Amino acid sequence: MSIFSQLTEQPWLPAQSRVDNLYQGRGSAPPAARIGLKMFLAVASVLFMLLIMAYAGRMAFEDWRPAPESRLLWLNTFVLILSSLAMQWAQFTARRGHLADLKIGLLAGGMTALAFLVGQMFAWRQLATMGAFDVTNPAIAFFYLITGLHALHLLGGLVAWGRTADKVWRLGFEVAKVRQSVELCTLYWHFLLLVWLVLFGLLFSGNNNIAFVLAICGIT
Amino acid sequence: MAEVTQYAADYVPPAEVEDVELYHAKSWITRYVFCQDAKVIAIQYSLTATAIGLVALVLSWLMRLQLGFPDAFSFIDASAYYQYITMHGMIMVIYLLTALFLGGFGNYLIPLMVGARDMVFPYVNMLSYWVYLLAVLVLAASFFVPGGPTGAGWTLYPPQAILSGTPGQDYGIALMLASLILFIIGFTMGGLNYVVTVLQARARGMTLMRMPLTVWGIFTATVLALLAFPALFVGSVMLLFDKVLGTSFFMPTIVEMGEQLQYGGGSPILFQHLFWFFGHPEVYIVALPAFGIVSDLISTHARKNIFGYRMMVWAIVAIGALSFVVWAHHMYVSGMNPYFGFFFATTTLIIAVPTAIKVYNWVLTLWRGNIHLTLPMLFAMAFIVTFVNGGITGLFLGNVVVDVPLSDTMFVVAHFHMVMGVAPILVIFGAIYHWYPLLTGRMLNQAMGHFHFWITFIGAYAIYFPMHYLGFIGVPRRYFEIGETEFIPPSAVTLNEFITVAALIVGFAQMVFLFNLAWSLFKGKKAGRNPWRATSLEWQTPDVPPGHGNWGKELPVVYRWAYDYSVPGAAEDFVPQNVAPADVKMAKGRGEPVVGVAPA
Repeated sequence: MSIFSQLTEQPWLPAQSRVDNLYQGRGSAPPAARIGLKMFLAVASVLFMLLIMAYAGRMAFEDWRPAPESRLLWLNTFVLILSSLAMQWAQFTARRGHLADLKIGLLAGGMTALAFLVGQMFAWRQLATMGAFDVTNPAIAFFYLITGLHALHLLGGLVAWGRTADKVWRLGFEVAKVRQSVELCTLYWHFLLLVWLVLFGLLFSGNNNIAFVLAICGIT
Repeated sequence: MAEVTQYAADYVPPAEVEDVELYHAKSWITRYVFCQDAKVIAIQYSLTATAIGLVALVLSWLMRLQLGFPDAFSFIDASAYYQYITMHGMIMVIYLLTALFLGGFGNYLIPLMVGARDMVFPYVNMLSYWVYLLAVLVLAASFFVPGGPTGAGWTLYPPQAILSGTPGQDYGIALMLASLILFIIGFTMGGLNYVVTVLQARARGMTLMRMPLTVWGIFTATVLALLAFPALFVGSVMLLFDKVLGTSFFMPTIVEMGEQLQYGGGSPILFQHLFWFFGHPEVYIVALPAFGIVSDLISTHARKNIFGYRMMVWAIVAIGALSFVVWAHHMYVSGMNPYFGFFFATTTLIIAVPTAIKVYNWVLTLWRGNIHLTLPMLFAMAFIVTFVNGGITGLFLGNVVVDVPLSDTMFVVAHFHMVMGVAPILVIFGAIYHWYPLLTGRMLNQAMGHFHFWITFIGAYAIYFPMHYLGFIGVPRRYFEIGETEFIPPSAVTLNEFITVAALIVGFAQMVFLFNLAWSLFKGKKAGRNPWRATSLEWQTPDVPPGHGNWGKELPVVYRWAYDYSVPGAAEDFVPQNVAPADVKMAKGRGEPVVGVAPA
């Protein structure tokens, strides 16, 4: 039932009352953890959206100096895509009930995510040692802030991943019990990949993509 | 309209509902300290919020002493005064009101009112409180660091907030920002719980439109908070970077004492946008739970169904949505494009429509109701009056041409204290008088309650009505002292003295209230079950106060909305939500199936 038809119900009418009495309560609701995660993704989306808007808004000023480009980020992006694919594979095998494949997928997903974080650290160091590095340049500060927050979110994901892996290795044979954890991790991984692709494509891939977007909106 | 029908077909037998795995405390520590029961967490939240709120109350006395009797107290210098206003504002808005409404009332009432055993993520819920406590401690620690707490004003506008000349420029501001970041992390944990519990853990028969308006208000406010706090989070992190790491997100090129600072290239306006993108929804984060709670208080104590329930729900949702597109009305004097100001003035005035609908519906609920002038009802009615007062000055300030001359005057101070200080606090008091018997099994003392009510209600007007006048004649806010100023007449000085005396008296009345809370815990009249004869689920638990898991063996089944008061034909003037149609006691001589229509 759509939210709009629910909001137009007249709960005081006997006819509606008979319909409402049939509502099954929590038995008919989707699992709490999944709603909870989706809610959190909404909050995180707002966070990154605000950062993009702040970046774009600052960029519209005349004295904007773009940050130097880093080719390493392309490699990191590729690794993160691999990570998401591996998690998708893990979810697929969890649904099929293939334990051995699930372990491989999960391990691959976690390790590639870790590799992405290490790659990001190299990118941060690379930028910090460049001649163009200037802490007061907003483009550079934004780069560290935004990629740092993204990395922190991924790090949090790795904690959840660790708990899931622990479950898989301990309770391995009851695939039904670990399936939801794997699914939630996968959803989170895809979300962080999507966020990264937007951040990278819009802000850090170098081609002034966001300037193009701003020009379309008539801001610059 | 309400009807009672007595057909056996309407009876729904309690079904086998899959029960949740309930957390069980194993020791004293896990029962009272690191507890995962939402009711205990609610009390922890409330006590912590009240404790830090008392600090803010004392700070307001100190401010008023300086304003009423300048230079009479040697320990209040200009720096201390700025620190008082900053900490008073931030504590009251975030650490008291937000925490008390959502962490306190939300935790206690949501699971009980929707018929759940507990929040859906009890562990995360517990963590939420401890992170909140940490945030409060970090904030309180700033009173003891060298330089004291920040004096940047509660809006913390850069660049001044982190430059020399602002008190607490070294440690105070950093602790404030760290504390805000912690608060937001803690709140997000709790907020996810409140929202998911409402969406997922409702009892059988508890459809969305059968929920009491209290739940609607807290639910919508939580959604607002989840979406608005990230803006403050981003702003705080960026400002902290500017302070600690020397970035220049918000810092333009600055020459200080003839010397150019390391900063350059940042935009202070960006912070204002981020701050107010959080700051305006924050007003409704505080107001919406108050709207919801007061609706239930009025309906219960006037023994009448709430007028226009659906309209009330829509208004809550509409206000919530609109609150995200009005933020820049706090920034009319920041040099914005006039079209921009026009847009925000328009959206601001549009919010008055759903808000007015709510006020009309409260008044129409009272109309021809069986009004019991209990303490909760007194506070609820005081809220309506106060909210209308504060809301109408909001309509003035929403217009750019009126706001510009009144900006940064005492008029603004009077406005926002009426609308989001006094009004929500009155609801909190009403709610405490209403639900105290549920928490403790005892009533609060009536005599002390009346003393508290009348002093607070009349006192609040004695404080804030004259303040509007001060604003009109141009007395600026946030000034340590006015001194000899041509356009400020001597009457303003005596008025300030009067306001200070009133503020001290109102403050004293709150001590009586706190004493009443403690005294009644042991000596209060035994309340018994459901002393207000309310319909909503929280009063229908097998034990009062509700025990661990809330509902004993079987979860409640809900058969009606929360407002079946004075239903024609029924023997009693209320029918609880979990009473099946077949079980409703009929009035004598009306044993036949009765279809009655209540006067709307």
